[in-house]
Amino acid sequence: MPGLVHVSTTINGNPTDFLCEPRQSLLEVLRDVLGMTGTKEGCNDGNCGACTVVLDGRIVTSCLVLGVEAQGKEVSTIEGVASPEGLHPVQLAFLENAALQCGICTPGFIVASKALLDREPDADEGRIRHWLAGNLCRCTGYDKIVRAVLDAEDKMKA
Amino acid sequence: MTSNIVLSEVEYNVVGKRHVRPDGVDKVTGRAQYGADVQLAGLLQAKVLRSPHAHARIKSLDTSAAERHPGVYAVVTAADLPFASLTREELGGDYQRLKFASNHVLATDKTLFKGHPVAAVAADSLHVAEEALNLIKVEYEVLPPAMTVKQAMKPNASLLHDDLFTSELGEMSDKPSNVASHMAFEAGDVEQGFQQADVVLEREYETASVHQGYIEPHNSTAFWNADGQLNIWCSTQGPFVVRTNVADILRHPVSKVKVTPMEIGGGFGGKITAYLEPIAALLSRKSGRPVKLLMTRTEVFEASGPAPGTWMKVKLGASRDGRITAADIFLAFEAGAYPGSPVMQGAACALACYDVPNARINGYDVVVNKPKTAAYRAPGSPQAAFAVESVIDEICEQLNVDPLEFRLRNASREGVRRVEGPVFRRIGLVECLEAARNHDHYSAPLEGPYRGRGVAAGFWFNRGFQSAVNISVNPDGTVNLIEGSVDIGGSRASIAQQAAETLGIAYEDVKPTVVDTDSIGYTMVTGGSRTTFATGWAAIEAAEDVKTQMVERAAQIWDASVDDVEYVDGVLSHKSDPELRMTFRELARQLLGTGGGITGASNVDPAGEGNGFGVHVVDVEVDPDTGKVTILRYTAVQDAGKAIHPSYVEGQMQGGVVQGIGWALNEEYFFSDQGQMMNSSFLDYRMPTALDLPMIDTVIVEVANPGHPYGVRGVGEVPIVPPLPAIASAISHAIGARINRLPANPGAVLEAMS
Repeated sequence: MPGLVHVSTTINGNPTDFLCEPRQSLLEVLRDVLGMTGTKEGCNDGNCGACTVVLDGRIVTSCLVLGVEAQGKEVSTIEGVASPEGLHPVQLAFLENAALQCGICTPGFIVASKALLDREPDADEGRIRHWLAGNLCRCTGYDKIVRAVLDAEDKMKA
Repeated sequence: MTSNIVLSEVEYNVVGKRHVRPDGVDKVTGRAQYGADVQLAGLLQAKVLRSPHAHARIKSLDTSAAERHPGVYAVVTAADLPFASLTREELGGDYQRLKFASNHVLATDKTLFKGHPVAAVAADSLHVAEEALNLIKVEYEVLPPAMTVKQAMKPNASLLHDDLFTSELGEMSDKPSNVASHMAFEAGDVEQGFQQADVVLEREYETASVHQGYIEPHNSTAFWNADGQLNIWCSTQGPFVVRTNVADILRHPVSKVKVTPMEIGGGFGGKITAYLEPIAALLSRKSGRPVKLLMTRTEVFEASGPAPGTWMKVKLGASRDGRITAADIFLAFEAGAYPGSPVMQGAACALACYDVPNARINGYDVVVNKPKTAAYRAPGSPQAAFAVESVIDEICEQLNVDPLEFRLRNASREGVRRVEGPVFRRIGLVECLEAARNHDHYSAPLEGPYRGRGVAAGFWFNRGFQSAVNISVNPDGTVNLIEGSVDIGGSRASIAQQAAETLGIAYEDVKPTVVDTDSIGYTMVTGGSRTTFATGWAAIEAAEDVKTQMVERAAQIWDASVDDVEYVDGVLSHKSDPELRMTFRELARQLLGTGGGITGASNVDPAGEGNGFGVHVVDVEVDPDTGKVTILRYTAVQDAGKAIHPSYVEGQMQGGVVQGIGWALNEEYFFSDQGQMMNSSFLDYRMPTALDLPMIDTVIVEVANPGHPYGVRGVGEVPIVPPLPAIASAISHAIGARINRLPANPGAVLEAMS
């Protein structure tokens, strides 16, 4: 077995150290090493978006990032979206608009949607559809997801 | 213009309202526990070695090097399955059924599709297990594959099974064949019906294999304890079906198998079969450790349930005044490697939307060298509807009749007998057709070249089957609702709403929990549009049981007769003494001091069918240079009977429509000459993304189902049925040429245009 590598990173604002094999993806590290199973695996080849996290301000599919690449970087996952004060407006909007059915793609959609609204608080329907084209949902047909993101924009301004 | 309309006639307090789902917070925060999230002390990871060939004989199999690999704890092959040590005599009539089920899990002498499991390894980590797979030596003799029903039905076709004989209208034939069965439905006098017709059209259709495409891959974790108790945690629509399958294949008592359904990441019919559970169980028995086994996305495509590719012929006759006089239909469905396509369901759905006096339907279930097909949302109905509705669309063009008007003239309604026998009770197809005709979408002008509008209708049975629910009253006046129905799209909410409505308490006061197979009575799969109907029914009956016991307790406390106590809207009162009155909550507080808690229980198996119908209208635009089809506008109308939670009914309709759009426009298994799937990733098997679609408008029609207390019909299956023919007809109108094979991808559309 290859040796383990020591990685120092920041996850959801908390300084975090972990050991991983060089061949382990960031997704594997989050789920299997750190027990953060909120980030989901749908394809393990970067095509479904269920494992979306934010790495130094950019959304990435964590299955295509190696764990060792997190060294010295900032990682944000679904576990960091809500605060002790309550759910994030994007999460509330998904709940109230019934924007999830099975829920497996939901963490990826919420991380990606929040990342969009953090930089473009007035994104229109077309922009939202374009931004979320990397996240697959098989249950909803996207209608209620797009409406939830539009609703989240209103909630974030209120 | 309203995007989502509910045509409601009956209002309730809780039913019909858009509540937040009970499991919602866990699912938007990442805390919900899905099958892949299971962690147990000493957990091993497993991988499956799969056949690289679509059709091959296994000449030798050597796992010794893998067994010696450091970090490997167990290796299993088909030799570890009970079937390997049972003789044909011992199994008797069970022989072929168990052979197919066992061989599907782990191949013995032959592999029948690329991806067919041959062996499996449990190891310290996934990577070690992968290393060990490379050390297993398999020698194959490659055989020619039969990949489509047309190939497999030829007299000289390569045979998958040398002991499969056609069940020919119930009689066993004596020559091995790839045709597992030939079934037929007939009503009236078909030849005479065609003589009465003024127009007769006969057309041929094909559809490709498509996958359900759930985002969560199959997963299973098993622990076989030293006392023989087998615990399984998995992603399934039917924990009780998995329990039965595992007990059957492993010849283990049902009482020693406990299946805990984890949260499920989509299924659409594809998560019923036990693919991984028996393998994980065997690996656990051998290693003495819990074992987790996950499929990769490629394995999901190559080794779990596609919906069948089909070959269909439809001959339809109609009179000049727009009445269907006769139908003659041929359906040949791919079963995959083992018998069991949904051709029977396709045959029963094919003409269900119409009152056709003279009809004949022949159906063929044909094995091919593809993964065994699995249910996919209204299994068999979308393909059959594509064929039948397309011919109707052409007849409407020839007769110059509006397609909704033609359907109204022929629509099934109460009293109409379906070709396979059942007579409809009150149904809502006519109301759906009228709602579609009255919708502003249908009268909106469709301007510009290469644009077309299509309409189609669709049907699914919506049968009940068994469900169980227990409801226990808490001292604070809330109730715990225990159910066996896996929540795949908000059913905790729709079940809780029916319990709350029946008890006359608030939605928030019902706390639903989905439990394992040891903890609730037998409950059939979450599928077939049955859950809100049948488990809802069980919740209503359990709630009625609670009410009866609450009335008894109130009578006891008041020293009155139960006949003097009434229970209305969550309030118990004495009929003649207005002083004696308690709310549900007030009585709940007294239960423990007056004889103990109260639990209502029910096991139900509702008779009859919900009978769901939908009518869709779609506008498309075709790019004449590339052949690409864009969906401009889509409206789905459906009779829900009663929408318990309108948002999740709309969600089912919208999701079904979009799966149908994918099926109609792009989704398809591509195979090499040797039968290997060439597009087994989400990059190459392209499902619709948010960018490919408009909003999906909905109209919920509510014609109450006379067979359910709140009128529920079930909604999940129907919406995937009309999109195939509606979109094919819309494209045909846009380009002036018919689309007779799906998917209508850009290449196919360009070819049709030339």
